Amino acid sequence: MDKKGLRALFEVKHIDWLAFTAPVLLSVLGILTIYSATRPVLDSIHPSYYIRQSIWLVIGLTAMILTSMFDYRRLLRYSYPVYVIGLLLLLVTILFGHKGMGAQRWLRIGPVSFQPSEVFKIILIIALSKYLSTVRTPLTYWQSIFSFVIFGMVPFVILFSQPDLGTAIMLLLIMLVMLLCKGLERRLVLSSLIVLLLLLPLTGKTIWNGLKDYQKNRLVAFIDPGVDPKGIGYQIEQSKVTIGSGKTLGKGYLKGTQGPLRFLPEKHTDFIFAVFAEEWGFVGSLLLLSVYMVLIIRGLETAYYSKDVFGTLLAIGISVMFLLYVSINIGMTMGLMPVVGVPLPFFSYGGTALLSNFIAVGLLISIRKHRFTLFY
Amino acid sequence: MRNKKRTLYIFVYLTLAVMCIFTLRLWQLQILKGDYYRDKSIKNRVRVIRLPAPRGIIYDRKGKALVRNAPYYIVSLIPELTEKVDTKALSQLLGMTEEEILDRIKKHDPHSLEPIRLKEDIPFREVAYIEARRSDFPGLIIETDITRQYPYHETAAHLIGYLGHQMGNKRMSDGDELPEGTFIGQWGVEHLYDKALRGQPGRKYIEVDALGRQLRTLQIIRPVKGQDITLSIDLDTQMAAERAFGGKSGALLALDPNTGDVLAMVSLPSFDPNIFIKGVSEKQWRRLLRNPGHPLLNRVFQSQYPPGSVFKVITAIAALQEGIINKNFKVKCTGEIKVGRWRFRCWKKGGHGIVNLRRAIIESCDVYFYEVGRMLGIDRIAKYAFAFGLGRPTGITLVTEKRGLIPTTKWKLEKKGRPWYLGETFNAAIGQGYVTITPAQAAILISALANGGIVYRPKLTLPEPSEVISRLPLRKKIISFMKDALLGVTEDPRGTGWRARSEHVRIAGKTGTAQVISHTDDRQPSRIYPKDHAWFVAFAPVSNPQISVSVFVEHGGHGGETAAPIARTVIEAFLKGNRNG
Repeated sequence: MDKKGLRALFEVKHIDWLAFTAPVLLSVLGILTIYSATRPVLDSIHPSYYIRQSIWLVIGLTAMILTSMFDYRRLLRYSYPVYVIGLLLLLVTILFGHKGMGAQRWLRIGPVSFQPSEVFKIILIIALSKYLSTVRTPLTYWQSIFSFVIFGMVPFVILFSQPDLGTAIMLLLIMLVMLLCKGLERRLVLSSLIVLLLLLPLTGKTIWNGLKDYQKNRLVAFIDPGVDPKGIGYQIEQSKVTIGSGKTLGKGYLKGTQGPLRFLPEKHTDFIFAVFAEEWGFVGSLLLLSVYMVLIIRGLETAYYSKDVFGTLLAIGISVMFLLYVSINIGMTMGLMPVVGVPLPFFSYGGTALLSNFIAVGLLISIRKHRFTLFY
Repeated sequence: MRNKKRTLYIFVYLTLAVMCIFTLRLWQLQILKGDYYRDKSIKNRVRVIRLPAPRGIIYDRKGKALVRNAPYYIVSLIPELTEKVDTKALSQLLGMTEEEILDRIKKHDPHSLEPIRLKEDIPFREVAYIEARRSDFPGLIIETDITRQYPYHETAAHLIGYLGHQMGNKRMSDGDELPEGTFIGQWGVEHLYDKALRGQPGRKYIEVDALGRQLRTLQIIRPVKGQDITLSIDLDTQMAAERAFGGKSGALLALDPNTGDVLAMVSLPSFDPNIFIKGVSEKQWRRLLRNPGHPLLNRVFQSQYPPGSVFKVITAIAALQEGIINKNFKVKCTGEIKVGRWRFRCWKKGGHGIVNLRRAIIESCDVYFYEVGRMLGIDRIAKYAFAFGLGRPTGITLVTEKRGLIPTTKWKLEKKGRPWYLGETFNAAIGQGYVTITPAQAAILISALANGGIVYRPKLTLPEPSEVISRLPLRKKIISFMKDALLGVTEDPRGTGWRARSEHVRIAGKTGTAQVISHTDDRQPSRIYPKDHAWFVAFAPVSNPQISVSVFVEHGGHGGETAAPIARTVIEAFLKGNRNG
């Protein structure tokens, strides 16, 4: 086992260079865009976001290389205990975390702020993949309920009460997609759909009441941004202005105005795609989208090549995660979806997310590399 | 895993579908609506500040400034930032009620990028006070404009006019685009020469951030000052003329008979143009409109009255030029003349006895001119009246003019459907009945006599070429005879205009009285005024006319009583101040 791992380290030709390059390229572009978006307007100091993100890039890159050398199958052993630890960490965050923008999402360890929910994404995908790889297809009724509650409802409730609605919804979606991939009984899927539809008016109201005001506003603003262009529709409108004003070739790097002059809120985090689109235009935006497309399709291809069910589910989980994050984030900035606080993978400012996304790609590389090795 | 390959293909297609949707959306935002959003992003960060152009100054002929430019401060709100302003605190700062502020914000056109004006014409002390507290109110700005002060208040107000706020965005006929709230000339010379006086406002483009902080200046287009204008009027003469009316209503126009330059233009009662600067309140406006003295009416050009005996000048010239009579033609005035059942009286009961033309002019004998009128016929009188510029606009562009009326047989048939009667010729020959003229036309008439028969278009500025409207083919002898007769009006012991006699200068003139006893004021038909209107036309010096003047005094009685002294005052004031001219 150890010998095998050691040998794999030197099998450089099996490294998936495409999957390796894409996230590095994306995060470098991301740091450049963060640098541009946070340019000071008066002669003050440039905020250090881009430096911190660069440090996180080094850490993330290291983590990706280490993860890719590591045989992903060794995760099987630790996945459940780690999942429990992950849930506890989320609870601790609610109790002791510090606040940012009306939500309790960060844990502070020394000088570093740390967002447990970002790491938890990977932990959940690994644990769920393990569970699903140990049961038969299709899942029995009880197995379905069990996985839905343990891997779906429990983290959802905890995240929802942080409140981190964005991540909560994302994880629920990832879980549902993975369950469907594994295979559920058709009757179960149909009946739960019907129940869901029937309950929707009821739960809809409960959920609506449970939402914070800013979350309600985002939904209202999405449905009709013209309601109050200075208030709740402001973000969406300004995001569209930012993207649209880039036109075909963009305003040029460091020439964007919407971010630095603060017309676009959340310019270096959730709305960073708009800043990129403003400076690089239609052409640049399409190139950026294709890098994401390559990464996602490469992940799906990895799932196809994987010889074991765990690897397949893991790769699907990771690819679907990227697909969902990219679609919802960019869809939001383009005004195609309500504003949900979801970062753009590798691009948005945020160290924990960068780290866990690099680990996720490391896992994909590992799965691809081990596609030729036989089961022990 | 159930059918791994199919499942994965679903995801691949899903990914491609998402990318397609995003590509289409990007196409829509960046290519199709790219210009729109580029424009919006520029409007976000670029704020345009108008730099007002100093308006050209209006001077009198001696170089005295008739108007002054003054800074005008306006407290405004940037429309995009109205949400962020604490209106309650703002109401205390500006000393307005909160409702007033909210009302102004509500009334502002949501599509306009112009700042919302909250309070205008703020004194400088208050500007400093507000400026010091401005940082507490994002979006609060102090705009500076340039406005006018009219230091002479009611003097020549009808001529100078006033500025007012532009209502709504407007593209001027001269091509300048003026946003709402800018000052434009709305009356008088300020209006007539607005384009030249206005200058070219400058613009300052500054970059601002979302908090409304001004980051840097992007571009400055400096304003270009408007052109100064020198009017032909003489302020001293103007003021002397206004004083001479002694509070009576009326009109006066003094011209340079050799050029058509307006030397003084009086219409009383007048108004103070300064009240229009702040935007005249509805109450003030109503008071001006309802004022029975009609202060906004420019009586010089916009009111018309029977000229009375002033018109005898025309009748006399017509008769001489047509060869109907010579200067020795005599008539015995018995105090009246009979036509059928009607009696036409002379103003002097008992009559003038036997009079020749000169005496008839000096003593203003009506019966003499009845007789001459009968011999001439109305149409020949009218021909000369037209030649002297009566019955048509003088051609000034300052205001819309009344034309006056010179009746003819054709006119009567067309308008009244009846033939002309002899009695009407009698009335017309002495300037009563249908005949009406404006005070401006009276001035043109006497100028044309003074300069030997040239009708000039009256003009307001210097230097400006004179424009001859028509020349009368009058014989020199007739002109010198008429001048001598009109001199007699003021200098002869029995002359009706003896009150215009001056120790300093020889003045020729003619009195006139417009009867109003049986005639109601058409503006207020219910009211009958007790006294006739007084006319006096004059020019001086007789030998070398420098100034001609028409004076009209509402209800001034006989022309010789009230109008003649005013004419003398104006002539003396002008000649004293412009001796070399």
